[in-house]
Amino acid sequence: MSAIGATMRSELIGLGGIVERNVYLTKRYFLWDVAFMFWTIANTLTIVFIARSVHLTRAAENTLAARLLVGAVIWAFLGIIFEFMTETVAWERWEGTIEYTFMAPISRVMHLGGQGAFAVLYGLIRATILFFAVVLFLGIHTPHANYGAAFALLAIASLSFIGIGMMTSVLPLISPEKGAQLGFVAQGLMLVVSGVYYPVSVMPHWMQLIAKISPATYAIRGDRASIVSGTGLVWADVWPLLIIAVAATPLGLAIFHRGEVHAKKHGKLKRSG
Amino acid sequence: MSTFAAPNSLSTSVRQDVPAVEVEHLTKVFRRRVKDAGPFRRKRRMPALKDVSFTIARGECVAILGQNGSGKSTLVRLLSTLLIDDGGSARVFGNDVVRDARTIRRLVNRVSVEASFFKKMSADENLSYAARFYGMPPSVTRTAVPEILAKVGFPPDRRGESMQNLSRGMQQKVALARALLTSPVLLLLDEPTTGLDPRSKLEVQDFVREVRRTHDATILLCTHDMAEAEALADRVGLLDRGELLFLEPVADVKRRYGVETLEEAFFAATGRAFEEEHDDEDDEYREVFG
Repeated sequence: MSAIGATMRSELIGLGGIVERNVYLTKRYFLWDVAFMFWTIANTLTIVFIARSVHLTRAAENTLAARLLVGAVIWAFLGIIFEFMTETVAWERWEGTIEYTFMAPISRVMHLGGQGAFAVLYGLIRATILFFAVVLFLGIHTPHANYGAAFALLAIASLSFIGIGMMTSVLPLISPEKGAQLGFVAQGLMLVVSGVYYPVSVMPHWMQLIAKISPATYAIRGDRASIVSGTGLVWADVWPLLIIAVAATPLGLAIFHRGEVHAKKHGKLKRSG
Repeated sequence: MSTFAAPNSLSTSVRQDVPAVEVEHLTKVFRRRVKDAGPFRRKRRMPALKDVSFTIARGECVAILGQNGSGKSTLVRLLSTLLIDDGGSARVFGNDVVRDARTIRRLVNRVSVEASFFKKMSADENLSYAARFYGMPPSVTRTAVPEILAKVGFPPDRRGESMQNLSRGMQQKVALARALLTSPVLLLLDEPTTGLDPRSKLEVQDFVREVRRTHDATILLCTHDMAEAEALADRVGLLDRGELLFLEPVADVKRRYGVETLEEAFFAATGRAFEEEHDDEDDEYREVFG
């Protein structure tokens, strides 16, 4: 095997190690995850019930409920990705393994990529359960839904979500106490400009401009169309997501690298207790 | 193949013509927040290492003695590529710790005072996970992990138990196994026996001796246990408030100061008793997380 091939193999084994670790931890915390799933379903119901309160025709109410549900599911999906990415450092610091991970010969792209890969897999499973639990609970009809296209678009959007998540994952490196919370602020800000429960067109013009660079805008718009109208993958939603992913991933890695250098200069790559 | 060597043993791939560790005029300064500084949060410079220079030959075991806050952990973390220095240089088998960090990470592993594991995961799972970062696939760790755990005397029937259920001594054995699993050519031991009961302490020390006999590893042991340093190391150094006062064989240290014990040598070198120094770990904590 060539040197490059051997290095790539070693890096991919490292990436697999991150996924493997998260599988172990998910198994250990399974009951907590079930409890968290109930909370997410309840939280989503509080939003989707709004469709019942606006006194529309049965069909219009069903459409509104489906539109709100897509927004809520993507909010939950994005929440998982940001949680995993932002807590990449926070978990390791809490467990005390941070020094061992950062002195290991794995590149940061594989380290963060492994965390992102597991977050996407885990997030997709949870999003699916959430979607169908609420559909069954409220009796929402989605006869034309194109689930394949919805999944595919979410998977494509995940690349840019991971890239942006890499940027937020640096926050706990800079501030061990408050960094993780700031990551969730970033998630909320992204969704508020992306038309999570309302059309982007109702926002002020300057917010609409920001919406154009948010990957959530295209994921929400495309997935709504796939679930409500059965639309397939639309290129107008795909290409912005690909461009944002291509820009966000190297930018996220560069920002993380700067944060890591800062942490090494100031002695912050260290367990907190 | 040595007892602890991983399949892709590194010992033959490192440079033979250079010392294992070369540290020249190494300096590290932290900035600590001044207590009661008011809203302006003034910080003061706190040197952790001051112009430290030494070399360690390949295969040698060197102990660095020092009290809490003397700079031992800072030195270990600099050599593990977890800190960036503020002056001087440090090389591991000819590789600069800042410029060639990726190369060094393949060569080095460490055991620290805290065992540091994912507490809900078992010893098996923690070791497999750690090994992946070093390119060891499941097909290798399936046999290598039980073997290394057996070597450190870890009971096979407890391999699947959560780390949080294991005693401190057991956890430290797993930490040793984790460090050896990747077959490092430089092993950094940072207070590996602190807090262990006497029996566990002796077991860990015996294991370090066995590693020296069977594995082509250079060992840097940082400790405040003078008896441990004397028992395990070829040379003993004293790091005091960031300054390396000496690094010599124990007999030479005793001869130089005309004393019988290392405690007396410490007193002769610093003018203070070894026990007197205050514990300033909290100060470091404040600096790091302030």
